[in-house]
Amino acid sequence: MKVQFSDVSMRFGAMEVLQHISLGAEEGEFLCIVGPSGCGKSTLLNIAGGFLSPTSGAVTIDGEPVTAPDRRRIFVFQERGVFPWLTVEGNIGFGLFDMDANERQQRVAQYVDLVGLKGFEKSYPRELSGGMKQRVEVARALAVNPDVLFLDEPFGALDSITRLQMRSELLRIWRAERKTVLFVTHDIEESVQLADRVVVMSARPGRIRRVVDIDIPHPRDLSSRRYIELRDLIFGEIGLAHQV
Amino acid sequence: MSRSRLLPLTGIAAALAAWQIAIMLRPSLIPGPIAVAAGIGELAVRGLLVKYVVASLFRVTWGYLAALVIAIPLGLMLGMVRIGEMAMNPILQILRPISPLAWIPIAILWFGVGDVSAIFLIFLASLLPLTVATMNAVHNIDPVQLAAARNFGIPLRARMRDVLIPAILPQLIVAMRIALGVAWLVVVAAEMIAVNSGLGFLIVDARNAGNRYDLVIAGMVLIGAIGVVLDLLMRRLERLDSVRWGYASE
Repeated sequence: MKVQFSDVSMRFGAMEVLQHISLGAEEGEFLCIVGPSGCGKSTLLNIAGGFLSPTSGAVTIDGEPVTAPDRRRIFVFQERGVFPWLTVEGNIGFGLFDMDANERQQRVAQYVDLVGLKGFEKSYPRELSGGMKQRVEVARALAVNPDVLFLDEPFGALDSITRLQMRSELLRIWRAERKTVLFVTHDIEESVQLADRVVVMSARPGRIRRVVDIDIPHPRDLSSRRYIELRDLIFGEIGLAHQV
Repeated sequence: MSRSRLLPLTGIAAALAAWQIAIMLRPSLIPGPIAVAAGIGELAVRGLLVKYVVASLFRVTWGYLAALVIAIPLGLMLGMVRIGEMAMNPILQILRPISPLAWIPIAILWFGVGDVSAIFLIFLASLLPLTVATMNAVHNIDPVQLAAARNFGIPLRARMRDVLIPAILPQLIVAMRIALGVAWLVVVAAEMIAVNSGLGFLIVDARNAGNRYDLVIAGMVLIGAIGVVLDLLMRRLERLDSVRWGYASE
């Protein structure tokens, strides 16, 4: 297992947030974690990222216990994580401080290209749309060549059209780079569109209710029977009748 | 001429006209704008205009720069180290409401009558607001940005240079502008007691040496005008590309 949660529990004071989470992600796997808001899924991701330590249990990556943030595994926040005082180039090159200028420039250009921001290298985040800022953050994360990416509702602040575009972008990039991805979302559709496996969590205190294999090859047809079946299975698991 | 230029000029012209009319209706020791303009001309001819302006600016520059050099690192440190802030904050809060002018006797005791005392008062006046503002600016940094910086494992010094400082810069520039305004306010008061040149000295001296109220008001007008120029210069900093994100109005 690339990333292994072993019996992870977390409490904040008297509040129990996570209960006995055991979960593994394979190398190169795209794992989505869904659950109602407040179920501790973000906390779980923060523990894996090394930003929080669990009350009990442990997370290991490649067998090594996680104790602090590490540049081999990058956390992508909502677009707030981009540095507004740096240009697109400056942001993407931020983690490459130990490279010489030439190499760094090449690497930045490569990732500017990958996320489709050519022509915006010198722009500041305030001049970009929400979706573009999110691309900057993804590119900044990928540029340091991490082996794990943690994404915490990365598209939550985007409008629904941009969100759909960003999902297919992310899948394209993931196929090109083959990182292990842990993706937290409260959007069930999003999880079924993206993931190899979807981890469904219960309301607080968060436990794993079920892990669903999404056995549909990419590109996924969103009106196929299997897609709808799996989606409704997860809706049912969370306790939502799929009706408005 | 555009409206945005015309209206302020009209305002100034109306104020000057009202002033002149009031003086003509009811003559007093207070001179009108024309006499004050003549007074400024007289200062220029005697070579005092440039000399006094430079003397005042000289004191502000040193007092203010010394405050920047101490307040910004101190504020950064207090902002980052929670226990430092808890220990220092009460002292800062008690010192803050004390007018810098209350320090005049102590300044004279320590530094004698002269430039150093005046510079010390300006230094004190800018130091506290700058320190407190820097500290608060550090507290206001978005934790997500600090977490992101930490994730990339960049060394502490680079983290200061590339994250901490740029993150507080928009707020810091505002604080620097306000502190410069305070410094300029205080230089005039400081010069009234401690020195024999500068615009503050001009005002006291003109009154003492024969009730030259035209020169008194000439000094006041110059102080106001230079204060505006200093403020406009500081405002230009707010238009730098790397800080514009920090201001709401685009």
